Amino acid sequence: MLEIGLSHYLSLAAILFALGIFGVFLNRKNVIIILMSIELMLLAVNINLVAFSTNLNDLLGQIFAMFVLTVAAAEAAVGLAILVVYFRNRGSIAVDDINLMNG
Amino acid sequence: MLPALAVFLPLIGGFIAGFLALLPTHDKDRTHRLDLAAQLVTCGCMLLAAMCAALTFYDVVFERNVSTIEIMTWIESGSLQVSWALKLDTLSCTMLAMVTIVSSMIHIYSVGYMHHDRSVPRFMCYLSLFSFCMLMLVTSSNLVQMFFGWEGVGLFSYLLIGFWYAKPSANAAAIKAFLVNRVGDFGFALGIFAVFVLFDSIQLDTIFSAAGGMAGVRMNVFGVDFHALTIICLLLFVGAMGKSAQLGLHTWLPDAMEGPTPVSALIHAATMVTAGVFMVARLSPLFEYSDVALTVVTVVGASTAIFAATIGCVQNDIKRVIAYSTCSQLGYMFFACGVSAYSAGVFHLTTHAFFKALLFLGAGSVIHAMSDEQDMRKMGGLGRLIPVTCILMYIGSLALVGIPPFAGYFSKDIVLEAAWASDTGVGRYAFWMGIAAAFLTAFYSWRLLLMTFHGAPRGDEIVMAHVHESPKVMILPLFVLAAGAIGAGYLGYESFVGVGAVEYWGNAILILPEHSALENAHYVPLWVKYAPLAVGAAGIALAYIFYMFAPSLPARLAVTFSSIHRFLINKWYFDELYDFLFVRPAFTIGRYLWRTGDCKIIDGFGPDGISAVTVDLARRAARLQTGYVYHYAFAMLIGVVFFVSWYLMARAG
Repeated sequence: MLEIGLSHYLSLAAILFALGIFGVFLNRKNVIIILMSIELMLLAVNINLVAFSTNLNDLLGQIFAMFVLTVAAAEAAVGLAILVVYFRNRGSIAVDDINLMNG
Repeated sequence: MLPALAVFLPLIGGFIAGFLALLPTHDKDRTHRLDLAAQLVTCGCMLLAAMCAALTFYDVVFERNVSTIEIMTWIESGSLQVSWALKLDTLSCTMLAMVTIVSSMIHIYSVGYMHHDRSVPRFMCYLSLFSFCMLMLVTSSNLVQMFFGWEGVGLFSYLLIGFWYAKPSANAAAIKAFLVNRVGDFGFALGIFAVFVLFDSIQLDTIFSAAGGMAGVRMNVFGVDFHALTIICLLLFVGAMGKSAQLGLHTWLPDAMEGPTPVSALIHAATMVTAGVFMVARLSPLFEYSDVALTVVTVVGASTAIFAATIGCVQNDIKRVIAYSTCSQLGYMFFACGVSAYSAGVFHLTTHAFFKALLFLGAGSVIHAMSDEQDMRKMGGLGRLIPVTCILMYIGSLALVGIPPFAGYFSKDIVLEAAWASDTGVGRYAFWMGIAAAFLTAFYSWRLLLMTFHGAPRGDEIVMAHVHESPKVMILPLFVLAAGAIGAGYLGYESFVGVGAVEYWGNAILILPEHSALENAHYVPLWVKYAPLAVGAAGIALAYIFYMFAPSLPARLAVTFSSIHRFLINKWYFDELYDFLFVRPAFTIGRYLWRTGDCKIIDGFGPDGISAVTVDLARRAARLQTGYVYHYAFAMLIGVVFFVSWYLMARAG
């Protein structure tokens, strides 16, 4: 029977993180997907924190994971709010349309 | 005190007029009052100056109070000592009196002539300041002050030629006069430097007393040994040629006629252009020791005399005829100096100032009457309409042609006699050229008179109906000048060049004993004495035939000898030659330096280049800002990866 160790958790977190990164870059459709990808990266970090916390027998990591969850929730709320307002103003949330800051 | 007043009163008057010229003029009444004030002040100052000059003349010439008045030190640097000073001897006082008298007459004349003009105070200011500079020139006791006056008269000549600055031709003429004079002035400046190198002083008295001892000294110029005094004299003479419009540097004088007529009379006939002759006479102690320089002076003078006279015969602009006549008469003065008859040259200068100013102002009066028409082909028949001007012009012309007892007879004859009596090859050349020029002078003078005052009127009816005699303020000065044109020769003959000459001139002019042209001039053969008169009469007769009895003859001759006529009417193609030799190459070089040197190289690599590169870089940098969120995120990620890898590598290494 395969022993589930720290490295598995870390690998999972790394895969999730990489997925999140690619989600940000390769996504050309929708800003919501970018927000979801960011959420994914934060979760990957959370997994890391919890995994190390158990491994090192230190609760601090889990406490931090709680904080991160809270912040992530707040961030998602703010991000989605901005998105809604943006959609009202410009009528689109397609990533390729959002380039008002170009030189 | 008197001589200082004579010199500085015009300066004061000029400054006051200049101040008035700067005052704002919004309404007519005020403008009129300002004009009047400027005219009164400058004329008053000039008349006072003329009186002071006359008294000074009496004091110096008859009471023999030859002196030098130091006013203040100007430059003191090592052995270079320059002071503002008034050197009063016969030569400078003769010039002083002549300049102030002619100038004050012309000031008064200008009151009438310029009275429609919009900037009268400016004009009067320039005239007065010009007179001041001329007086500084003639009374200077050193070469640097002379140079100051020299440049000053050049400056005011420029300003006055270009007085009507809205006229492009006047501006062009002013610039031409300034540039051509610059060539001469450069020679003059080099001459002053050479004098300082040789004598270690630029004080005239020091130079003159040392000149005899320097007669054998040689000077190294660009590796070649030259006779030092010859080099100095030739350089100084280049300056004189420029200012006195001698052959080669004469092209500016006819163009200078673009200025108002009083200016032509004062500057370009009576005073400034004679500065060169004055300078040669003043520096006679230097010129006497260089036979080569004297020969050059003679040849240039004689050539100019005949050259300008030939052109004068075909010109149609009344002022240009007189301008070429001036050029020709200056040639006479120079070859008189060239044969060591300086006093004859100065004598001719003095009489010439009166009758040439008279002729110019008379011409101005004609132009005034003809509503600013200057072309003689459109005149004719004016004699009955403006009889006073006509008579005055006749007096001037008689003096110019040299008919006794008018002034020109005495001075021109002594000049020609001295040229004959010098008994050298160049002297004979000068004599024959002078005789030929005298013939042509008579011809063109009478051509001018006949075309202007006689025959059928050729002007259009509106102009002819408006023809009127000039106001008194313009005519009265002409009478004074006419008195000079009649009497100056007879009165001056004995003391200038006759038996009283030695006593009259004192030490002002040095003539070496071996240069005895002036003394021998009184013992020339009879035919030499009467030749100028005879050719003068012949010239007048020819003019009568051409323009009175057979008016079709000149046109037929012009067709028959069309190449000569074209050559003369184009002024020997001097302007075209200079245009080809100097003006166009200068433009080409200038354009090359401008387009390539300045625009391409200096601007290209300098400000323009730097700004272009900055703009280009900024545009590229701006293009990096796409505005897409994922590009920024990607850049951030690359950065994070880079820094993390760097950190880890550093730790591992």
